[in-house]
Amino acid sequence: MSRERIDVGRREFLISTCKVAGLGTAFSLGLHLPLTATARSRGWGDEQPSDGLPEVNAWVVIEPDDTVIIRIARSEMGQGTLTGLAQMVAEELECDWDKVITEYPTPGENIARDEVWRSFSTGGSQGIRGSHSYVRKGGAVAREMLLQAAADEWDVPKGECRAANSVIIHAPSGRTTTYGKVAAAAAELFPPLHVELKDPKDWKLIGKPVARLDTADKTNGKQVFGADLQLEGMLNAAIRACPVFGGKLESYDAAKIEGMPGVRKVVQVGDDAVAVIADTWWQAHTALQKLPIVWDKGPNATVGSADIDRMLEAGLSSDDKVFVGNSNGDVQSALKSAAQTVEATYSYPYQNHATMEPMNATAVWSEDKCEVWCPTQNGTAALEAAAEAADLPISKCDVYKIHLGGGFGRRGAFHDYVTQAVLIARQMPGTPIKLLWSREEDMTHGHYHPVTKCRLTGALDEDGNLTGLHARISGQSILAAVRPQWMGEDGSDPITFQGFHKDGDHAISYTVPNLLVEHAMRNPHVPPGFWRGVNINQNAIYMECFVDELAHAAGKDPLEFRRRLMADHPKSLAVLNAVAERAGWGKPAGGGIHRGLAVVKTFASYVAACAEVSVSQEGKLSIHRIVAATDPGYAVNPQQIEAQVEGSFVYGLSALLYGGCTVKDGTVQETNFHDYPSMRIDEMPEVETIVMPSGGFWGGIGEPTIAVAAPAVLNAIYAATGKRIREFPLRNADLRPA
Amino acid sequence: MAKLKVNGQEHEVEVDGSTPLLWVLREQLGLTGTKYACGIGICGSCTVHVDGKAVRSCTLPVSSIEAGQSITTIEGLSPDNSHPLQAAWKALDVPQCGYCQPGIIMAAAALLNENPDPSDADIDARVDNICRCGTFNRVRRGIHQAVKHMKGGRSA
Repeated sequence: MSRERIDVGRREFLISTCKVAGLGTAFSLGLHLPLTATARSRGWGDEQPSDGLPEVNAWVVIEPDDTVIIRIARSEMGQGTLTGLAQMVAEELECDWDKVITEYPTPGENIARDEVWRSFSTGGSQGIRGSHSYVRKGGAVAREMLLQAAADEWDVPKGECRAANSVIIHAPSGRTTTYGKVAAAAAELFPPLHVELKDPKDWKLIGKPVARLDTADKTNGKQVFGADLQLEGMLNAAIRACPVFGGKLESYDAAKIEGMPGVRKVVQVGDDAVAVIADTWWQAHTALQKLPIVWDKGPNATVGSADIDRMLEAGLSSDDKVFVGNSNGDVQSALKSAAQTVEATYSYPYQNHATMEPMNATAVWSEDKCEVWCPTQNGTAALEAAAEAADLPISKCDVYKIHLGGGFGRRGAFHDYVTQAVLIARQMPGTPIKLLWSREEDMTHGHYHPVTKCRLTGALDEDGNLTGLHARISGQSILAAVRPQWMGEDGSDPITFQGFHKDGDHAISYTVPNLLVEHAMRNPHVPPGFWRGVNINQNAIYMECFVDELAHAAGKDPLEFRRRLMADHPKSLAVLNAVAERAGWGKPAGGGIHRGLAVVKTFASYVAACAEVSVSQEGKLSIHRIVAATDPGYAVNPQQIEAQVEGSFVYGLSALLYGGCTVKDGTVQETNFHDYPSMRIDEMPEVETIVMPSGGFWGGIGEPTIAVAAPAVLNAIYAATGKRIREFPLRNADLRPA
Repeated sequence: MAKLKVNGQEHEVEVDGSTPLLWVLREQLGLTGTKYACGIGICGSCTVHVDGKAVRSCTLPVSSIEAGQSITTIEGLSPDNSHPLQAAWKALDVPQCGYCQPGIIMAAAALLNENPDPSDADIDARVDNICRCGTFNRVRRGIHQAVKHMKGGRSA
C-alpha cells in the first residue's frame, strides 16, 4: 500500500466552523463521566471536559501544555480499541504519545454535528478495521492545520515546516514551536482540501506494542463503571421482568414492601417488569425479593429444551424455510458416486454473554430533557432507546458512555436496560436513578447465542479426496429477531452462514468441488443475540471438526487433508502452517498429549490454532498448550492482539466446557456462575500467539480466535480418546478413552 | 449501626446488620472499587481483606465483622497504586475490561501476604476468580513478576 490521498469532505468543514457543540454543558448535570481515565491517572481532576478548549478538529483537542486529547467514538470494553484508535490518530498527528489522553464524545454531540465521528457501534470486530481510514485522516488533517498555523505565524511556506512529537520545526530558520502554542490559531483555520496518509512502512506508532492508555485506574479501583456511578441525590432501582420471554406483568402487591427500609416507590416498567426504587440498591434488591408478583406467562410458558431440540431436529430434513448459503457443483451426484460417505450431526446450545458487570444504566428525566449514563457498545443506539423511552426528541436527550465491564455483544444491539432505566426515571422526574440488574436477572434475560444443529455429509473418492460436502444447518436466525432489515429479500439470514460464504470477510477456507450449505430457519422463543464471534463459533465447530472426521475416514493426516483443499486459500494456509510448525505437528508430543487443528477466516482475519490436550483414564481433560496464529492484515498493537487471542480462548473454551443455557417452562434455568460456570486460572492453557500481519487489508481481532478454540480442542480430544463429541457443553460428556 | 475500620479509617455506618459488607463498602462508604458480579461468593469480584485474609464480601453480613478487625479494599492496598502487584499489572497491561481486576489483585495480594513465593499450583488454588475477558495468563505472570520485584527489594 502506498500513500493514500484523501479528500477532505464536508464533515471537516463543519468541524472547523462548528467547534465544540458542547451539548453536555447545556444540561443540568452536564457530567462527563468518566471523561478520561488517563487524565486522572496523570493527576488531573476527575472531570476535565475539553468543552471550551479550542479543538483543532473533531478528533483532536490540544491544550496549551501540549496535552493531546484524542476523541474516541467506539467503546472500550477491554478489547483495547481505545488505545489502538488513539495510536492511529497520533500516528498521523505526529504528536507526543506520552501526552495523549482520550475522551468519548457523546452520541448526542455526534448527531448535532452531522455525525462527524461516524459510527459509535462497537461490534463485529469493527473498532479498528471499520474506522482506520477516517481516524488516521482526522489526525492528518489536524497535523496540517497545526503546521499551517505555525507557518502563518512565522510567515513562511507550510511546506518548509515539519512536525514530530508535538514540536513544529521550520528547518531553514531553525525556529521551533509546539502544538500547544499554535493549537488555538490552528482551530481558526479551514482544514486543507487534501491530506495524504502515510505509507504503512513509515508508521512509527501503529504496529508498536505500546501500553494501554486505560490500565492504571483498573488496578486501584478508580475506574468508574456504570454500576459504580454515584450522582448527587441519586436513588437506586432493582428490577424483575417476567421470567418467561413474551410474558407480561399481571399484578404486584406494593403494599407488602412499601414500609421496608429505604424503599421509596414500586413502579411498573413497560408491560413486563416491576422495579423497586430505594435509597440503596441493596435495599431495593432486598425489598424486591419480598414483593408478591403475578405474571401472565403468555404463550411460551410450557416450552422446554426438548421442544426446541425437536424443532431443530425436524429442520435437518425438512424442505420448509430452507435457504442456500453457498453452493457449487452437484453435491447429490458426488455423494452417489463416492467411494465413501461420512455423516455427522452436531448441536450447539444457547450461551449467555455473562459480562462480569451486570446490565445497568442511570437516568434522569424531566419533561424537557433526559440524560443517561451507561456502559454501551453503541452510544447512538443507547441514545435512540433513551429518547424513545423518554418520549422526547433525540435533541433533548444524551447518553454519557462509561467503560464497559464486559460487552461481548450484549450491550450493542440491545439497550433493554436503558429503556427500563428511563421508564423508571420517568416515574420520579428530576431524580437520577441507577438501575442495576442482579446476576440472576442478567442470566435469565439475555439475548442468547442462538441454537443450531448441523448435519454434515461428505463424499470421499478412492484416494481419500473430498469430492462433495453437504452441510444443513437448522436453527435460530439472529437477524430475524434483531435486524430483519438486514435479511435477504427471500427471508434468508446471510450471517447464519458465517464461515461458509463463497467469499468476503467470512469465507470458507477450503475449495470443495461439490458443495451445498443450507439453513433451515427455525426460531424458538428464546431471544437470540450477537454473542462475541456470532455464528462462526458453532459453524467453525461444525466445519473444522467434520473436516477432521473426514480426514480420519480417509486415512489421512488432518493437516495434509486440509492442505489439499487450501491451494486457493493461501492466507488461511499460511496461518495453519504457522501453528502446525510451531506446535511440532507430526512429531509426537509425548506425555499422553495429543494435538488438534482448526483454521477459519472470519471478520476478515485469518486465524488458526493447534491445541495440545491430554485426557486421563477417568476422563479428565487437561488443555496444556494452544498455539494460535492470526493474520489481521495490519497489527496495530501486537501486545493487545496477544491479549485478545489469549482471552478468546477463555471465552471460547468456557462456552465449550461449561456454557449452555437450558429452557424449562419457557424460562432459562441457569441463574448464576454456579450453574453457568466459566473457566478459571487452573484450567488456562499456555498460549503462544503468532501475530503475522501480511498487509493490504484490515481484519478484526476481538472475535476471530474464539472460533478456532473449540474445534482445535475437540479435534485434540478425538486424537487422545477416539471420541467425537458433537453435543455441548463438554461437562455433560463422558471423555473416558473409548 | 456498624463500626468498621476500612483502609485504616474508622467508620460508623447506619445499616441493617444483614447487609453484605460489599454493599456497605459500595453504598455507605462510596468505595466502589470492590465489585458486585455474582452475589453468591463464587466469582471473587468482591474480594477484600479482613485482617489481611481474602474474603468474598458479597456474602459476608456486615454484622459478622468483629470489633478491631481491619478491612482493606483495593482503594487501600497502596496509597499510590504502587503495590508490587499493581506495578506488575501496569507493566504487563493485565486488565482488559478491568471489572474483575480489583478482586483478582486483592486475592493475589492476600496470597502473597501468606506465601511470598507461591507456586503455580498455589496461584491456581487461591486466585480462582472468574474473568470473562480471560486475563489469566497475564495474571499469573503478574504475580510472578511481583514476587520477583519483592525479592529484589528485600535483597537489595
